[in-house]
Amino acid sequence: MKKRLMLVIVSTFVIAFSALFIFLTPGCEESYSSQVRGTENAKLTSAPYVPQPITRNHPAKVIVDLETTEVVKRLADGVEYVFWTFGGDVPGKFIRVKEGDEVVFNLHNSPNSKMPHNIDLHAVTGPGGGAEASFTAPGHTSTFSFKVLNPGLYVYHCATAPVGLHIANGMYGLILVEPKEGLPPVDKEFYIMQSEFYTEGSYGETGLQIFSQNDAVDENPSYVVFNGSVGSMTGDKSLTAKRGETIRMYIGNGGPNLVSSFHVIGEIFDKIYGEGGTVVTQRNVQTTLIPAGGSAIVEFTVDVPGTYILVDHSIFRAFNKGAIGMMKVSGDKDDVIYSGKQREEIYLGSTEEPYQDMFSGPITIDQTQTEQVTKEESNEMDLSSLGKNIYQVTCQACHQANGEGLPNVFPPLAKSDYLNKNKEAAIDAVVHGLSGEITVNGKKYNGLMPPPNLNNKQVSAVLTYVYSQWGNSGKTVTEEEVAKVRGKKNLSSK
Amino acid sequence: MKKITNIKSGTHKLLKNLFFLLILFASFSYGQTKDMVLVPAGYYEPLFKTEAEEKIRIEKFYLDVYPVTNTDFLEFVKANPKWSRSKVKKIFADASYLKNWKDDFEPGEKVNPDAPVTCVSWFAAKAYAEWKGKRLPTVSEWEYTISSEKNIEKISEWYSKISPVKIPSVGSTEKNPFGVYDMYGLIWEWTYDFNTALVTGESRGDGELERKMFCGSGSSNSKNVDDYPAFMRYGYRSSLKANYTTNNLGFRCAKDYN
Repeated sequence: MKKRLMLVIVSTFVIAFSALFIFLTPGCEESYSSQVRGTENAKLTSAPYVPQPITRNHPAKVIVDLETTEVVKRLADGVEYVFWTFGGDVPGKFIRVKEGDEVVFNLHNSPNSKMPHNIDLHAVTGPGGGAEASFTAPGHTSTFSFKVLNPGLYVYHCATAPVGLHIANGMYGLILVEPKEGLPPVDKEFYIMQSEFYTEGSYGETGLQIFSQNDAVDENPSYVVFNGSVGSMTGDKSLTAKRGETIRMYIGNGGPNLVSSFHVIGEIFDKIYGEGGTVVTQRNVQTTLIPAGGSAIVEFTVDVPGTYILVDHSIFRAFNKGAIGMMKVSGDKDDVIYSGKQREEIYLGSTEEPYQDMFSGPITIDQTQTEQVTKEESNEMDLSSLGKNIYQVTCQACHQANGEGLPNVFPPLAKSDYLNKNKEAAIDAVVHGLSGEITVNGKKYNGLMPPPNLNNKQVSAVLTYVYSQWGNSGKTVTEEEVAKVRGKKNLSSK
Repeated sequence: MKKITNIKSGTHKLLKNLFFLLILFASFSYGQTKDMVLVPAGYYEPLFKTEAEEKIRIEKFYLDVYPVTNTDFLEFVKANPKWSRSKVKKIFADASYLKNWKDDFEPGEKVNPDAPVTCVSWFAAKAYAEWKGKRLPTVSEWEYTISSEKNIEKISEWYSKISPVKIPSVGSTEKNPFGVYDMYGLIWEWTYDFNTALVTGESRGDGELERKMFCGSGSSNSKNVDDYPAFMRYGYRSSLKANYTTNNLGFRCAKDYN
């Protein structure tokens, strides 16, 4: 009897003790220790690049050095702006840390700065997000530290009065706090940040532009851009991927005012971490809202090669204010997923009535207007880069990067007889748009091209660019010629 | 009838002009010395209102027409070697004190001798003023003087431009209605009580602070939320400590009327 009692007591002890032992085993997560160990310097990247995922299985002390500077940089071709930056670029450097890390933040304000600056990191738990602690005069450094308690993708920005001005001039970026278990592996990660610029001159007006306080207060920007300038991710600077790869985009919105309707033309987001949180909130999404001072993480696999256009689907911002980026996907076609155009034929509508001429009738081309062009050597280089940029932003979506258009839909510009034989008709098409049937290189097209709303200089630049490409005649189109065509039509319409 | 009115209004105009000239003459003769002007008394509405004081009375005072130049400051340093770059005490000026100068007693090629002296601390500026028998202007006096300038946008424009490597000579900007130059366009300026502008680093919460003087605020209790240049100046001043020196911070002196 006694023996039995002893056995029960001993076994109870053993069970209790082992249970206790299990509880005390460090880190309830497998192999993750919450003990802060080691010190490292954060590796920061400029958009569109993202630092490597953090592989350590414990938090660390992470030292971040970030310098605020005031620099003149390109906002669009021929347009400059005094940007206030975190690290020399807009958006600011991407910071990547892990949940539980203890961050020592050194904010250096360049001796050449005219303004004091500070930083409010939305990843910081504490009043002001570090703003007061990091308030720094030019030529000085402030240090403060914080522990990142909440994982997620956070915006940081300057919060020095007047706050709106410091943000409007470019002072924002993203800090990613990886959850302790990390994020699922993907093939490519990109950093994209949308923001607006309020300039005294309207969109495209060249020269050094100054901040327009009135436009900012009215929330009426001249520019809405990705990664700090028009064309930051188009042409040679497009994002690239291979077919089959899974892409993760860390998208922030610096504002200062507008909410973004972020969309990738031709793709569907397989997963969204809504508002930059750590949970997949939705799958199969076309357009996601990104608030000013907020973020989102989107993931998708690219299944079809080609060029994908990133836009703010508040669409006039994309086509008239610069909110366009590109991702070029290489690889073999898969006709089952996407065939491209297979057939095109006449559709007369449901009535029996003959086709009504809705527009001004077929375009007649006045051959006598063809003229010899003298090249203006001056500012030719300038015009050509401006033209290229306008082409990419305005024309390329239809006429394609190689100028070949799309069969039966968008006529080619490459080696186009329509274009090369009559300059005035070409100018007219860009200035006033074009509709009705035309014949290009022996093929008929019957579409509608809306006028792209370019000024004379822009029209001359883009046409000169088009004439210089893809085996075209090399003609130069001057501003005066554009003005002439613009004047004529206006006169005749009166 | 018409003619008579014309003559009348003509005389009126003449009188008006004469009167204006008289005032102009009077204001010229007021100026104590050629390098200072007498700023007339008046009221100044601070950027941040308090319940007690909506407007602040400014008594007339003398103010330097131009900021203190490198040449002026060199004279001071030569007469007071303890304020030279190598001798100055760290608590009175940080490591970048006069760093743009070539040597202790030689500004050198890199700076324009007629440009405002910069990279000077508040202590150094105050010592200079005292050596001259003057003082630094108060924030209120300084802000009152610039508030006579109505074109805020023009001021904004300077604040949002990058400082040139070599600062231009004093007097190269426009004349202020009170007759002083360079209140904006070249440099920031120290004021005697710069640290009473209580904009904290966290400007957005400042509206809740209860302070006797300029209760700092992001905007919620400021007199004019559109006066961005004023916000920038208050923000700038509050980022400073008295031993700080920076590339585009200089000063000018003031003096009591009596």
